[in-house]
Amino acid sequence: MKLDLSLRLRHWLLRALHQPYLDFPLLGALSVLAICGLVTLYSASDLDRHLLLNQALRFILGGVLMLTIARIPPSTLRNWTPWLYAASLLLLVAVALLGQGRGANRWLNLGVMRFQPSELVKLTLPMMVAWYLHARELPPRWLTLAAVALLIGAPALLIARQPDLGTALLVVASGVFAVFLAGLAWWRIVALLGAAAAAAPLAWHFMHEYQRNRLRMFLNPESDPLGNGWHIIQSEIAVGSGGWFGKGWHHGTQSRLEFLPEHTTDFVFAVFSEEWGLIGVIALLALYIFIVGRGLSIAANARDTYSRLLAGSFSMAFFVYVMVNGGMITGLLPVVGVPLPLISYGGTSAVSLLAGFGVLMSIHGHRKLLPR
Amino acid sequence: MSRRPVSNPHLRIKDAQREAARFRARAIAGFLLIALCLIGLGARFAFLQIARHDEFSTRSDNNRISVRSIAPTRGLIYDRNGVLLAENVAAFRLEVVPEQVKDMPRMLADLGSVVALSDDDLEHFDALRRSKHAFESIALRFKLSEDEIARFSTQRWRFPGVDIVPYLTRSYPRGEELAHLVGYVGRIDAADAEKLDTDRYAGTTHIGKTGIERRYEDELHGEPGYEQIEVNVDKKPLRTIKRVAPTSGKNLYLSIDARVQRVAEDAFGGRPGAAVAIDPRNGEVLAMVSVPSFDPNLFVNGISKVDYSTLLNAPDKPLLNRAIAGGYTPGSTVKPYLGLGGLELGLRRPEDTVLSTGEFFIPGQARAYRDDVRGGQGRVDLVQAIAKSVNTYFYSLALDMGIDRFSAWMGKFGFGRPTGIDLPGEASGVLPSRAWKRGRFNQAFYPGETVIAGIGQGYWVITPIQLAQALATLADRGVRHQPHLLRAIQGGLNAPAVPVPQPAAAASIIHSAANWIPVEQGMTAVVNGGGTANGLGDGFPYVIAGKTGTAERYSRTDEAWQNIMSVSVERHEVLFEAFTPADAARIAVVVALQAGHTGAHDAAPIARKILDAWLKYDDAGNGGHTP
Repeated sequence: MKLDLSLRLRHWLLRALHQPYLDFPLLGALSVLAICGLVTLYSASDLDRHLLLNQALRFILGGVLMLTIARIPPSTLRNWTPWLYAASLLLLVAVALLGQGRGANRWLNLGVMRFQPSELVKLTLPMMVAWYLHARELPPRWLTLAAVALLIGAPALLIARQPDLGTALLVVASGVFAVFLAGLAWWRIVALLGAAAAAAPLAWHFMHEYQRNRLRMFLNPESDPLGNGWHIIQSEIAVGSGGWFGKGWHHGTQSRLEFLPEHTTDFVFAVFSEEWGLIGVIALLALYIFIVGRGLSIAANARDTYSRLLAGSFSMAFFVYVMVNGGMITGLLPVVGVPLPLISYGGTSAVSLLAGFGVLMSIHGHRKLLPR
Repeated sequence: MSRRPVSNPHLRIKDAQREAARFRARAIAGFLLIALCLIGLGARFAFLQIARHDEFSTRSDNNRISVRSIAPTRGLIYDRNGVLLAENVAAFRLEVVPEQVKDMPRMLADLGSVVALSDDDLEHFDALRRSKHAFESIALRFKLSEDEIARFSTQRWRFPGVDIVPYLTRSYPRGEELAHLVGYVGRIDAADAEKLDTDRYAGTTHIGKTGIERRYEDELHGEPGYEQIEVNVDKKPLRTIKRVAPTSGKNLYLSIDARVQRVAEDAFGGRPGAAVAIDPRNGEVLAMVSVPSFDPNLFVNGISKVDYSTLLNAPDKPLLNRAIAGGYTPGSTVKPYLGLGGLELGLRRPEDTVLSTGEFFIPGQARAYRDDVRGGQGRVDLVQAIAKSVNTYFYSLALDMGIDRFSAWMGKFGFGRPTGIDLPGEASGVLPSRAWKRGRFNQAFYPGETVIAGIGQGYWVITPIQLAQALATLADRGVRHQPHLLRAIQGGLNAPAVPVPQPAAAASIIHSAANWIPVEQGMTAVVNGGGTANGLGDGFPYVIAGKTGTAERYSRTDEAWQNIMSVSVERHEVLFEAFTPADAARIAVVVALQAGHTGAHDAAPIARKILDAWLKYDDAGNGGHTP
């Protein structure tokens, strides 16, 4: 009996080792990041075990999802893509009709947990764009671009209406990266960027007042230090007071004494910077760029266009989350509600990110198999 | 549909390879872009965390550290023997943190029904609210009664942001006896707040308003301590980071003997006037009385408007310190000084006599200047002139001296300017002089005015402390010592009391020491030789030298004078000055009464009581047991 059990365990282990569905460097980096996130959150929440446990459970859920998705061949994922995309669009519509949240309708209450469909779109949109482009002649031309713009625009508009401009922009970014990686001619890129710049005043016109205020505050936070500028100022103070080596774990006064708002969610990076200093920040950024680099390397080694575009655009989008959050807490970019990947407290984000890395692992694990 | 039909598998593979290569190029471009962004982000972090670290560190500390001032304990005030004159006693006050009060006017109205709040309380509160931060606690009511504490405690929940806080309040155990001298502290008002060193007084609620309390505010106040408290974003204190204890104010030892002071006070029997007793050897003021007085304790925690206006408007002016700010006509008390001047200036020899006929005339003028005794007092020399207060002697001397030499000489005794005693609010008085009259009336000085100045009438105004200083100077044979009240300062509870150094006495104003003798003889004769206060020294172990002064309160042409003609006691301002022992004085006393019959009759007995008290308590090495 005992022998039998250990034999089966050995078999399982051998099979797991011989099944190349996991990417150990990526898995290792993600694990370190997740642990880093938990440690930071425990401090930022002022040693709230309940919150810590919640986040750990989400990591476990996300991890299981990641390992499950990793076993699904990319071809299967590709076949599911239109359905997943359609489903996420439906969920966005449902949010628009039934959603809840503070000031903005972002969540769907599933009874057991609240769920943010826009996070799901961060994964299904690049999948859809990759699915669409893989069957087209590349590099894409205007007609193809127009179709892609529709695919991107529909969910982006729904999310922007919630209103969640930050996530909408990130969603747009992930789709745009797919087009970029598909080899869109540089002159077309320049032309598109020019058009976007020209349309910027139009965007201002459609913005909510709070979004405009954020932009104004970004330009001059000290004009209203106790009101709209408070977030930026307190965040910069937290980061700046960290210095080279930081104030030490759970010694960040800005967060512990609650000067820093949203210190477990959007501004958790400021807590990290305050407590670990520039050294910690550099280590964390290195970890992120390692993950992004590994993702792009997986993409480059993938065997089909769909896998390449999906892995590549997801990896680049992942970096944009880091960049936007980091830029926000240091006053480099306006305040948009973008969490720091795998560090900020929040379930949907962590789960959907890990699901995305599951897709990367699947692509990596199945690269030796010939594409259909 | 737009896809090219591919028949050649070789071409298809090549196509796929080309696509992979293109992707690779784009992936590398993307990664470089990312790396570039990341370097930018890292640079931003470095800029904030390294280049601007100090700035943000400071701002972070400013966020979290709230510094609270701890008021020092005010120094105590003792008399020369260590009798407590001003102390600190435990009491409770009501404090309000404005930030925590939603509707201030309503809260104050509600609170007013639980604890009595006067308009004065509310005014002070409003003034302080304007000068402090909303999160700082501000005192609203001081010295709560036990009833009020009990009432408030049961209803505390109704008043968030309001709290009862223990504190030390100033108390004057001797009450009225030393009110003018010790003074009192009062709540810092808007006018005080403007002048104060805000750091030093951040936690202080009271400040010296009058008397010693005001004059030695710096010494009494002490140095505040502070507490660094870590606060959260709601300013809620979480823990104390650092505490620096305050340094208590210094304890002051005055030269006053509270026992003599009490006797002097009692001796007045409530009649308006003032007395000053000085040690002529060093200028120490042993007693300083101003009657009537008031209870300084009323002022400490906010006097009611009614009480204050009663004090302010009382006809006897109890708030006035008559000893230093009360103006009196010196009358005959100036005669010894003038007589000494006659000798010093060589205008008279001691043996020179003047015939008193009852009337004195300026040559060529018809106006008669009267002697006290109708028909005159015969031929008198200086000793007799002082003893019997013969006006004619001093009329003629003043006239011979002339106003310029007169005011120069009398000025040497300090008349006409503040003595510089360590109390605020001293008056200058008036020493008649050409310059003074020019300044005051823009008129020339007439010989007739010089004549009456010779007997301390006319423009003369002195304060009791001025006369006491002049007397002490005379008693110490022309050596002036700065009159003062502060004798020693004690730095801490167990520190020794350090005597306050006084400026070195100037050389005697008397050039020929022999000139002093007839003046002293004259003053001795006043008390012992059949003079105006004869018999006053009976039973006293030392020889007392003195001089009476009885000045007209009103000009004889005044209607007021006519009205009180019948009441002799109301007609005169009466004074008496005395020092003893006559040949080596250890005390000089001046008594001034606002209204009396004569100096000898009303003022001299008070002076004798003061001397008796001094003899009993201070003389023969009994005095000055400053611990």
